[in-house]
Amino acid sequence: MTNGYIRLKNPPSILSSYSCVGSEEKKGPLGDRFDYYSDDNRFNKDTWEKSESEMQKIALFGAMQRAKINDTEIDILLAGDLLNQCVGSSFGLLSYDIPYVGLYGACSTCALGLALGSALYSGGIAEKIGAVTSSHYCSSERQFRFPLEYGGQRTPTSQWTVTGSGAFILGDGGNVKIPECVFGKSLDMGIKDINNMGAAMAPSAVQTIKSYFTETQHSPADFDMIITGDLGYEGSDILKDLLLKENIDIRSNHRDCGILIYDRDTQDKHSGGSGCGCSAAVISSHILKELNSGNLRDVLFIGTGALMNALTMCQGNSIPAISHLVRLTVKEV
Amino acid sequence: MNKKEYSEYVKRKARKSPITKNCSFAFLIGGLICTLAHGLKNIYLSFDLDERSASSLVSVTLILITAVLTGIGVFDNIAKVAGAGTIVPITGFANAVSSAAIDNKSEGYVLGVGAKMFVIAGPVIVFGLLSGAIYGVIYYIVGVFL
Repeated sequence: MTNGYIRLKNPPSILSSYSCVGSEEKKGPLGDRFDYYSDDNRFNKDTWEKSESEMQKIALFGAMQRAKINDTEIDILLAGDLLNQCVGSSFGLLSYDIPYVGLYGACSTCALGLALGSALYSGGIAEKIGAVTSSHYCSSERQFRFPLEYGGQRTPTSQWTVTGSGAFILGDGGNVKIPECVFGKSLDMGIKDINNMGAAMAPSAVQTIKSYFTETQHSPADFDMIITGDLGYEGSDILKDLLLKENIDIRSNHRDCGILIYDRDTQDKHSGGSGCGCSAAVISSHILKELNSGNLRDVLFIGTGALMNALTMCQGNSIPAISHLVRLTVKEV
Repeated sequence: MNKKEYSEYVKRKARKSPITKNCSFAFLIGGLICTLAHGLKNIYLSFDLDERSASSLVSVTLILITAVLTGIGVFDNIAKVAGAGTIVPITGFANAVSSAAIDNKSEGYVLGVGAKMFVIAGPVIVFGLLSGAIYGVIYYIVGVFL
């Protein structure tokens, strides 16, 4: 490993994936791409925390069914969410008989799970790996911001936590492979505004993307899509701008999960979606469907996370961020 | 780019809140609430209530209306447009308390509702009382010398 970059000697493939979302995500432009949704965002549970856990349970169950395997065949589960002590994952996946590792990478968790899982597979440590991630608008609002019915105005740079979960099963024999990944370094550029997370995270995405192109012979034009999750409109503009200054031009093929998931004109979600369920839901549904159908062949996915909590914000600290990269490809590597 | 330069760059780039639109709506809806309150006061006065009781009853009515609207999930939609128009009158305070109470019901009536319903409005009460006390002291001292 140099500079966080790993070229996997024995790349795993994605055997199956499954996504669950809430009502707002269902109404969005990718609505019909998701596998499961709940009309009232409750997923038949009485607290928002349980609803979030239920999404993870449903997502993993769906992914296992698609891969035609049961839980005893999965060697290890890598799962994470945004709730304190990762209870969304630990409670949600309690009923499965699989060794479990809780992850926290904020909104980068989906990429982190895929990268770690790929490394475990490539190293010959695990043959089948489950990677699950979720976030829920209602449980996150409670933890990070205000009560749900609190009447206030959001600033245009703020992002909307996605209610969603995505599960992936990694192993041998799938169509989409993960041949390379980059584990990012955390980076603090001094942004203190919790309502502008895109700006807090963009420099870390720049750092990770730069590492990837420095360590490989690739250029941005080699990829059909370079997708970040989730910088929103604000952070995406900054990312493209900063990368251009480094002579890396991703303007034509850059997409962002937070931008794709909601309709800007009709859904009033300001700078777009965020939360680790955002990229998990978008990658596990839309992007993998595009890869499997051949519309996309080679994709760089960069999960971007802001590593603060409610206390660090109150204490006046700035927001460190982290970005992990995985390459998703159907090409022979 | 160092941290300071980046912060300035981000500030320059950040989309700004539409201040004129926000202020206009705050003025209109805030004004509307105050007009409604005054209308209520006139009605209460017509029931032979004294000035002080009528005013208190107006506050209570606005709190009740806000709590109901918060409970049925309408208030936050109004507030999204109104901004300071709903925050500044007593409606903002009532919403801050009732929304926190609803939200924390899942943790039970004691540790949830009881402990957390003032999580937003608490500082308003603390510093409201404190500034009231300071004002009282100043008022007293000025009264002694004048």
